[in-house]
Amino acid sequence: MRTIPVEDAVELIPDGASIMMGGFMGVGTPERVVDELVRQGKRDLTVIANDTAMPGVGIGKLVNARLLRKAIVSHIGLNPETQRQMIAGEMEVELVPQGTLIERIRAGGFGLGGILTATGVGTVVEEGKRRIDVEGKDYLLETALKADFALVQAFLVDGVGNLTYVLTARNFNPVIAMAASTVIVEAEHVVPTGVIPPDQVMTPAPVVDYLIANG
Amino acid sequence: MDAQTIIAKRIAQELRTGMLVNLGIGIPTLVANHLPPGVNVFFQSENGLIGTGPVPEPGMAQPRLTDAGGKPVTALPGACTFDSAMSFGLIRGGHVDMTVLGGLQVDQQGMLANWMIPGKMVPGMGGAMDLVTGAKRVVIAMQHSAKGRSKIVKLCNLPLTSVRPVDVVVTELAVITFPGGRATLQETAPGVSAQQVIDATEAELVVPQHVPQMPL
Repeated sequence: MRTIPVEDAVELIPDGASIMMGGFMGVGTPERVVDELVRQGKRDLTVIANDTAMPGVGIGKLVNARLLRKAIVSHIGLNPETQRQMIAGEMEVELVPQGTLIERIRAGGFGLGGILTATGVGTVVEEGKRRIDVEGKDYLLETALKADFALVQAFLVDGVGNLTYVLTARNFNPVIAMAASTVIVEAEHVVPTGVIPPDQVMTPAPVVDYLIANG
Repeated sequence: MDAQTIIAKRIAQELRTGMLVNLGIGIPTLVANHLPPGVNVFFQSENGLIGTGPVPEPGMAQPRLTDAGGKPVTALPGACTFDSAMSFGLIRGGHVDMTVLGGLQVDQQGMLANWMIPGKMVPGMGGAMDLVTGAKRVVIAMQHSAKGRSKIVKLCNLPLTSVRPVDVVVTELAVITFPGGRATLQETAPGVSAQQVIDATEAELVVPQHVPQMPL
């Protein structure tokens, strides 16, 4: 893990990159990274996340600034601007059932080609997908998702990069940390190595590439 | 009693101590306010919490302890938190005893549509498809009609949430179940006759000889 200023971390992200972001309605989203993405005016990003939050919050800021070409999310109901851009054809939105979305990301990070789920069988979600019978029950083959970058918000980070998360800010964060080529972490607290007991580490240090410096 | 209270109070009677229960947004959220005395259930919030408690006192919100709408909640003693993969493992894996969700349409076979109106409202399915597919028992809390039209229809014309039929629909007029894939009138609300329910319902209802009144 290397510690770098937020400006330098965001400069690593090119226009057109795919980014996974932590957060559930903005809770657990790395806001400093979001603000810097907006400041640097990154273009044509594909965001993979639970939702697009609300206008002015988390990923909602990226929507407002029109930085997104595509969003792969489970819910946009609390962000009328996302719905407006989708209906106007300004942004592509791929809606994925929440449990399928997180499991596709998990598959991407865990070296699996995809997963089989009964969710979506017989609905519009099935369109274009393979239905597979396993011991008499139908499942959809949902393929793995990976991204160029994972933008993670953690609670504690130690000197080597071990992470913990807090309460409902955990959500997608530990899962996306496994599924991207480059993992950038914004943490609430930096603690000395050894302060996080080994069995409380939620994301092991070796998967973390960059930590956003304090201040 | 208003429509929402009738629905929430009746559904609360279905709760049993020890159940793991997931409540959707809207009327389903109100079910938690009508828990019968002595019944203790675990409420799951699909953003990663079991043991969801009431809304915090003013000034006591913890911004990283929220419900699925991103609003601050509290956690009861014995609560636990987890990531989204665990949360949906609980849901899809059949560990959730009961989910209560809102509905746009339920048809006479028990199929539910509750996540989009093409061209009008596309909020996304969120966790609804996983909940209906995976929960042990699916209870729908909705008003009987919208804009004068029955929401209990012959056949859903809105996109389905799942091909797994729901178990129970509770409206301000009636409790309807689906034994053998046929909508069946189980109970009527106080002061409502079976004929009034039939008249207000597009779906063909099986009506037993004796239809008891909802316990509220």
